[in-house]
Amino acid sequence: MTHLQPAEHQPFRLSMLIYDRRYRSLTIQTVVFIGVMLFAAWLVNNTIENLARLGKTFSFSFLWARAGYDIPFSLIPYAATDTHMRAAVVGLLNTLLVSFVGCVLATIVGVLAGVLRLSNNWLVSKMMTVYVEIFRNVPLLLWILVILAIFTDVLPAPRDYRGDDAAAQMILFDSVAPTNRYTAIPRLAVEHAPGPVVIAGTPVNGALVAFAVALVAAWLVWKWLRGWARARQNRTGRRPVTWWISVLLFVVPLVALINLFGVHLIPPTLAGFNFTGGVNLDNGFVVLVLALTLYTGAFIAEIVRAGILSVSRGQTEAAFALGLRARPTMGLVILPQALRVIVPPLISQFLNLTKNSSLAIAVGYPDLRATLGGTTLNQTGREMEAMMLMMGIYLVLSLLISAVMNLYNARVRLKER
Amino acid sequence: MTKTVFLGAVAAAAAVLLSTGAQAAEGDTLRAVKQRGELICGVNPGLVGFAAPDANGNWSGFDISLCRAIAAAVVGDANKVRFVPTTGQTRFTALSSGEVDVLTRNSTASFQRDTELALDFPAVNYYDGQGFMVRKDLGVTSAKELDGATICIQTGTTTELNLADWFRANNIAYQPVNIDSNAEGEQQYLAGACDAYTTDASGLAATRAAFADPENHIILPEIISKEPLAPAVRHGDNNWGDIVRQTLFALIAAEEYGVTSANLEELSKSSTNPEVQRLLGATDNLGGMMGLDAEWAKRAIAAGGNYGEVFAATIGEQTPIGLARGLNALWTQGGLMYATPFR
Amino acid sequence: MSELHAETVPFVRGTMLPQASPPAAERGLYRWLRTNLFSGPLNTVLTIVALFVLWWLFQHFYPWIRHSVWNASSMAECRAIFAERWGEGAAGGCFGVIRERWNQFLFGFYPPSEYWRPTSAFCLLFLALAPVLFTESRQMRWIVVAVASVGAFALSMLSGAPAPELVCIAVGVVVWIAVIEYAPRAALVLTLVFPFLAVWLLWGGSIWGPATILGGAVIGVVVWRLLARFGILAVVGGLAAAALWWWFLSGDAAADLQRMLPLSLPRMESRSFGGFLLAITIGVAAITMSLPLGVILALARQSDLPIVKAFAVIFIEFIRGVPLITLLFVASLLLNYFLPPGTNFDIILRVIIMVTLFASAYMAEVIRGGLASLPRGQYEAAGALGLNYWKMQRLIILPQALKVSIPGIVGTFIGVFKDTTLVTFVGLFDPLKQLADTIRATFEWKGAYWEPYIFSGFIFFILCFGMSRYSMHLEQRLKRDHR
Repeated sequence: MTHLQPAEHQPFRLSMLIYDRRYRSLTIQTVVFIGVMLFAAWLVNNTIENLARLGKTFSFSFLWARAGYDIPFSLIPYAATDTHMRAAVVGLLNTLLVSFVGCVLATIVGVLAGVLRLSNNWLVSKMMTVYVEIFRNVPLLLWILVILAIFTDVLPAPRDYRGDDAAAQMILFDSVAPTNRYTAIPRLAVEHAPGPVVIAGTPVNGALVAFAVALVAAWLVWKWLRGWARARQNRTGRRPVTWWISVLLFVVPLVALINLFGVHLIPPTLAGFNFTGGVNLDNGFVVLVLALTLYTGAFIAEIVRAGILSVSRGQTEAAFALGLRARPTMGLVILPQALRVIVPPLISQFLNLTKNSSLAIAVGYPDLRATLGGTTLNQTGREMEAMMLMMGIYLVLSLLISAVMNLYNARVRLKER
Repeated sequence: MTKTVFLGAVAAAAAVLLSTGAQAAEGDTLRAVKQRGELICGVNPGLVGFAAPDANGNWSGFDISLCRAIAAAVVGDANKVRFVPTTGQTRFTALSSGEVDVLTRNSTASFQRDTELALDFPAVNYYDGQGFMVRKDLGVTSAKELDGATICIQTGTTTELNLADWFRANNIAYQPVNIDSNAEGEQQYLAGACDAYTTDASGLAATRAAFADPENHIILPEIISKEPLAPAVRHGDNNWGDIVRQTLFALIAAEEYGVTSANLEELSKSSTNPEVQRLLGATDNLGGMMGLDAEWAKRAIAAGGNYGEVFAATIGEQTPIGLARGLNALWTQGGLMYATPFR
Repeated sequence: MSELHAETVPFVRGTMLPQASPPAAERGLYRWLRTNLFSGPLNTVLTIVALFVLWWLFQHFYPWIRHSVWNASSMAECRAIFAERWGEGAAGGCFGVIRERWNQFLFGFYPPSEYWRPTSAFCLLFLALAPVLFTESRQMRWIVVAVASVGAFALSMLSGAPAPELVCIAVGVVVWIAVIEYAPRAALVLTLVFPFLAVWLLWGGSIWGPATILGGAVIGVVVWRLLARFGILAVVGGLAAAALWWWFLSGDAAADLQRMLPLSLPRMESRSFGGFLLAITIGVAAITMSLPLGVILALARQSDLPIVKAFAVIFIEFIRGVPLITLLFVASLLLNYFLPPGTNFDIILRVIIMVTLFASAYMAEVIRGGLASLPRGQYEAAGALGLNYWKMQRLIILPQALKVSIPGIVGTFIGVFKDTTLVTFVGLFDPLKQLADTIRATFEWKGAYWEPYIFSGFIFFILCFGMSRYSMHLEQRLKRDHR
């Protein structure tokens, strides 16, 4: 095994391919490579043979054929006369929407639950423990089914809102109507809409641009204000009171713009079978988001709790000894250190949530799996192509999320020293 | 050591399971079934009347009876059957991959399925059409009044496409609610999550029959599509397709000639009708022409009775599902059930 | 000093004052309430909100639970009982569905006369796990072993196992316990034999099938040991010998042995598996097989060989990047395309393969974490001792890395176990949806939505919570070992 002589004095012998460590690694890799390639070739060969036997071809041209089915929830215009490709894009956008909303809400719920679980309020911390344990130890599918059942069986049907002595009343000043089909919420309407603004060749809603500009401007002024206050504090030792200026900075332009454009809400009203006028949030979407949020939130709560607990008590004590108050201690000392522990598992929770959104199958929410991997696959009989495409998309999605999050993670990490 | 043993465990499990699985997907399905001594049917996992397991896992229903009749004809025993529940998503793949020998799963025969999906539908065992069910208090009497309604629909079915086509053709708006199974559809419909539930009219009847208050629900008169439900086999094995078709025809012919499970034995000895004699194998060996024995049809009829008996026992008017024969009556009684001559 | 105090009356307390009880505000319930519930305005608000939530939950769910009925054979009967006992329109839980169908929730369509087989296999699983998982405390091990063996025997008897089989179980369990106590290393071998035993118990058939396949593994190991001095060639030789045995001889050997000594159980179809039997079978099979696969993948990912590493990374990232449900659809829709024309096997085996691949990718990451947590010095010390790669891994690295990863492994197992419910979407009878839907499709139990969910959720919770608690307990113990 060990060579007493320097190796280069030995002439090469065939047995060295097995017994000499330098050559052996080459041998092993060659064997593994050939093995894996043979295996892959075997699979591909079988597939070709099987497809030929069944008289099927391998082609993605079905994507440009007429889809012929309707999709109940779509972010872009879609009709049954559009192509399967467009149906797949609708599905992908729906997946992205539910994942994004789910991630944001799950983070909020998770952080809240994690912090509350550490609170010194006995009742609240116990309740959060129960929440976390119950949701973590029962399959997500069960939560989806239960929440769906609650939505369909407990909430009133739209027709219950009809009549003078209706069985159900709209909530929040007659603006929101939760029903067992959808949640009808008011729609934002702009009365004096400015024309679209063309940015980089694409027309963008003018009102949206105005609001964005106002917000960014307010934020910039606010940053400057804070800097000024800090400089003043460093110079004089007193910090000027600025909070009301900050509030005004954001509120005044918003109120002004709202009045200028005549932005108002149009509440949903019952017409015929259903509510119209407002936005009808599909219950499949609401249920899925709710279930994913609560389920993933429980995991995130544990991560947050572990992260905060991982910062040693001495850090807090040292911060207090330096004269920092509770809030700066949390913001400047504890959180930056805790984040280092929290972010990596948080990323994998986001990934899990995105992948779990494929359980939309249980609520009939038309996500990527339901359109491309469901109805399209079924109507065209293109299992191989549709599945490959769908898995490829999910894979790219996962890799993108982990890449973006790893970038962020790297930034958090740098701050550590 | 550990690894070797674990690999062994995998191999053991694989060996045990492989030996229970189907062996041949290609070519001679008949030979494979006979060799196995068991017929494998793809069925609906739960549609009362057509296919549903009871508390002990015994399957029964209209589709199940056809499957048992085929098993009786081919293997010789109506109980030598294995039922593989398939979802709307997995049914055709299960068939084309050879996981099941025949799909008796209330599937609609259609052009594209026949050609592009490489399936064969030997004969139709139930003529159906897509209908709508609504609550009576909705005050709707025609499907054309469903403008703006929310409609529950099972995904992965032909009904999904029919619905889109029909509503566009009539220029009416609707909001689909996609559901995954019949059970879920019932739940959503009963809770009022959809105004109307659409599926095959037979399925609607079965569903309505099981409600606590069937009188409060009506099935609208419009039948918006043709849904010929047929057993399916793989493209390319014509002999196997013949067996499935002729077994079904034997059941239909038996009804036509008055052969029932009760008088079967007697008629096979005493009948003077030459067609009955041929059918029951008293004269000629028709079964031999497709690789079976002479008494194949006799066993198939003995399994659950003739077509009419099966219909009456599983979905007929005496059952809670209460379907009338309608299109599925014999051709002699104004229906479409017509078996080619047995000669 | 003393002059200063000359004028003061010297006072020295001769006796201690009796301890006074704390002021009313600082003791008992009041103090507890004040410190734990109302310690500040924020806390007070939180408490009130929490109380309100609890009250709301209680108000909505308690009547339903209080009205639950166990003794009914259909939903209609339940409704009649509700109306009779609590007036028209009263609603409640109709748990009669659980009472009538509990055996389906647990075993699916497995024949009732054979219930003893999965039951005893489940109990024996704990005997197999005892020498691996419950080594830390003798007391714990005793409890687990005792409960498992009594359970195996008693439950088999209750579910009607025939007498000879009962005797076999009793003798086997006693011998096994003796081995666990007196020959822990031999117990590990028994643990490795358990999967074969379980396969035989669950699927039945001749015992010689699994046994001859186990024989192949033994032959492989023997050949490897005999050729040990040829290094890597010995491994190749061992694998080749085992493969030759499995390919050419094991079938005939099993048939011959069966003729000489017929030992067999009725053959069960995978299709009859359902409910928790299905979930546990898939979960346990996937996790047992994914453990060695995960170790191999983790080592490959950590290895210095770029090609091997690249393959491992591609495999792991691919599996972790797609949802399990798509892998299950691959199992049900595509797997047959990848195999030679004409091969076709059980959907349950296909699902187990896919879930195994899925679990092994996650397992590999867990074990990689364990490997990374070892200090570099361990590798260097092993190298300094002159150990080659496999000896180093086997004797130094893996024992430590696996020990550190046990909580992660258990966590993966919980995840996989919960995910087994997704098999519902490929038409298998999982306890949550497909089986419950089938039961709801019958006339008697139409409309029984909540009860099956509550029942399955409860069982899942018990199993998963138990496992997570045990892994936390292990974590605590292992922490002490290392510090």
